[in-house]
Amino acid sequence: MSLLFVENLAVSYGNIKAVRGVSLKVDEGERVCLIGANGAGKTTLLKAIVGMLPPAKGSVHFAGQSITHKPSFQIVRLGLAMVPEGRGIFSRLTVAENLAMGAYARRDDAAVRQETDAMYQRFERLGERRNQPAGQLSGGEQQMLAIGRALLSRPRLLLLDEPSMGLAPMMVEKIFDTLRDIAARGVSIFLVEQNARLALESCDRGYIMASGNITGAGTAATLIDDPAVQEAYFGA
Amino acid sequence: MDIFVQQLINGLVLGSVYALVALGYTMVYGILELINFAHGEVTMIGAMVALSVISALVGSGVELPGVVIALLGLLAAIPACMALGFTIERLAYRPLRNAPRLAPLITAIGVSIVLQNLAMLIWGRQYISFPPILPQGRHQLLGASITDVQIVILITSVVLMLGLTILVKRTRLGRAMRATAQSPQLAGLMGVNANTVISLTFVMGSALAAVAGVMVSAYYGLAHYYMGFLLGLKAFSAAVLGGIGNLAGAMLGGLLLGVIESLGAGYIGDFTGGFLGSNYQDVFAFFVLILVLVFRPSGLLGERVGERA
Repeated sequence: MSLLFVENLAVSYGNIKAVRGVSLKVDEGERVCLIGANGAGKTTLLKAIVGMLPPAKGSVHFAGQSITHKPSFQIVRLGLAMVPEGRGIFSRLTVAENLAMGAYARRDDAAVRQETDAMYQRFERLGERRNQPAGQLSGGEQQMLAIGRALLSRPRLLLLDEPSMGLAPMMVEKIFDTLRDIAARGVSIFLVEQNARLALESCDRGYIMASGNITGAGTAATLIDDPAVQEAYFGA
Repeated sequence: MDIFVQQLINGLVLGSVYALVALGYTMVYGILELINFAHGEVTMIGAMVALSVISALVGSGVELPGVVIALLGLLAAIPACMALGFTIERLAYRPLRNAPRLAPLITAIGVSIVLQNLAMLIWGRQYISFPPILPQGRHQLLGASITDVQIVILITSVVLMLGLTILVKRTRLGRAMRATAQSPQLAGLMGVNANTVISLTFVMGSALAAVAGVMVSAYYGLAHYYMGFLLGLKAFSAAVLGGIGNLAGAMLGGLLLGVIESLGAGYIGDFTGGFLGSNYQDVFAFFVLILVLVFRPSGLLGERVGERA
């Protein structure tokens, strides 16, 4: 059974149909990406999955149970974590407090402390600045913080919304290295990206979204070799 | 000099009560960006409930020390106000969470009027006096005098303010409150139930208001169904003075407002050659509010300016 199963999901803002009946799935241990142009409805779809927007129709199942109309705080407690668009860190909270928020629903304090320390070792800059307001971090550091915070909830599935956006190429590389590590540890990944080539290169499968619909799907390898995909999404 | 010290003491005592009430305004504003104008009335209800219990106990002739009776009154007022704060949020504000900003503001004024009238129906229009059960001791301090009641008010306020600060800065709940204040949606993604956090914020603010209401009625020896209006307005001014949404600001603003008001009342006669008397003391609170808003719209410790006022 799929870990995440989205069926015929539609989301509207007033009269505007942003997502028009999307179906997709992510299996346990899989890395799946969703690529598409700006305004295709990718972020809206993610928000609907995690309960930040109410779906107009369709259903979302996670780990075998329906989360279609559940509020975010209940959904994330089932093992689904999201790194939102624009990072979404708590800028006025310190780095350490941001990480603690990631572990908010957990009660095993000792393990949380251990994992937080491991996080500081992995991302040294976060360790150095643990007592500073997160708003003072650079964009790349904030993205690392957002990912680290999501991991501290010990998710089974990690959703990421445009993690490369606005970052320098070196930082983007580092982020994707991190994502590969995370996947290697058995966390499933659902990645929304505008940088289609990079996304497909680091995933097992991909979906293509345009104007609120899924217009293509396949293994990452076939999509990368598809001339139509190359022309439409890889740019020059 | 004696007058100065005396007015300073009186001002700090009064100011610490303003600070407790101001915290309730600022906590709610910090999370919902809503001015809970009914908060002053919650303070009044706290005083009324406590006085009812105290009067009943005194009237029944039970053999208890006055301090214990007053404490029992306080212990009745706190849960009553907590329940009231919870109910107000649930019935009056939550349904309007996504409504235009003006709607909850007008509702807040409506709730305030409803509570005043409810109190008038229950407790009547007359002033209710605080039975003389508390110790009346006076102590000399730097050429001025400070009463037992004043000492208790000061200590209680400081302890409560410290406790709240620790709760907000150091605990899981406090962290969730600050995260929710910054973005309820984002806090939801961390597993925080924003509705619970908001309810708790109202409940905590109302508990502080209950204590403030009991203390102010013990201090003046009186309670009245309309007492919450001016007290609330001044505490709100104190919160704005300190920078609304900022806890330290509310404490500083409350103390400053109390001191300014008290010193103003003490010296206004001298300043105006006897033309204005100390009964003009209330003017000072609002004079200060206007000055601050002109020169520092975000308040003394406030960070965010205007955009969402």
